[in-house]
Amino acid sequence: MDWLQNINFIELIKCFITGGLICVIGQILIDKTKLTPARILVIFVTTGTILGGLGIYKYLVDFAGAGATVPLTGFGYNLAKGAIKGVQEYGLIGAFTGGVTASAGGISAAIFFGYIASLISKPKMKKE
Amino acid sequence: MKPLDSKKDYQDYVDKKSPNSPILKNCFNAFWVGGLICTIGQVIMNIAKSRGLSQDICGTIVSIILIAISAFLTGLNIFNKIGKFAGAGSLIPITGFANSIVSPSMEYKSEGYVMGVGGKMFTVAGPVLVFGISTSIIVGLIYLIFNTQNITLV
Repeated sequence: MDWLQNINFIELIKCFITGGLICVIGQILIDKTKLTPARILVIFVTTGTILGGLGIYKYLVDFAGAGATVPLTGFGYNLAKGAIKGVQEYGLIGAFTGGVTASAGGISAAIFFGYIASLISKPKMKKE
Repeated sequence: MKPLDSKKDYQDYVDKKSPNSPILKNCFNAFWVGGLICTIGQVIMNIAKSRGLSQDICGTIVSIILIAISAFLTGLNIFNKIGKFAGAGSLIPITGFANSIVSPSMEYKSEGYVMGVGGKMFTVAGPVLVFGISTSIIVGLIYLIFNTQNITLV
């Protein structure tokens, strides 16, 4: 159980509160506007990418850890961070390869596990 | 009853008749479910870090594990119940991205395994990837032009 010693409870509380607040912003958008969930996901990813590109989101990640990287804004931040890193390493080509390289694990996992999960699932009956 | 002339009158009428959605309760549920999912992510990240992996790899491991869990929970119809209760609390974390891939492909399973499951996977996730990746390319190009983040920071 040596991993238990690595857990810092103040870090976990900061993560819980930040992650929760980001979700509350999404909930307010759902309840107060007529946006569909798909549009809200797009808004969150784009906002995360822009904030990541401006260098603002990095402070939130340093503060909250997974509380900032697990929400979809963190996915956008990861894309922006990868694109900037790619430009630093490879120049113009890096802008096209960097973003997807940084988030390749998440995208591939979503496609692979998503396909397997829909294969093993039973189609939902429309009665409920 | 007098007819409703303008669009605004109609909207007021609808607002008066439709039940108030309990926004405070929804926000509270979204807060603690979303916070809990992020905290699970942080615990996984700490375990990965204690194995001596780098920060980037740890983040990828967290995404992969959370995506796998929520994809299978969606396949078993459990995630929809969590989503109904938590709203944005399960939609905004990366779990919602996996859910948005699995639920349309489950629904169109009858259309076949290639165009049904494989094609309809991206009805919601497609736009997310299109806008996310496009914006990241623009960010990269702007960074290339100015070559420093301090200038883009207005």
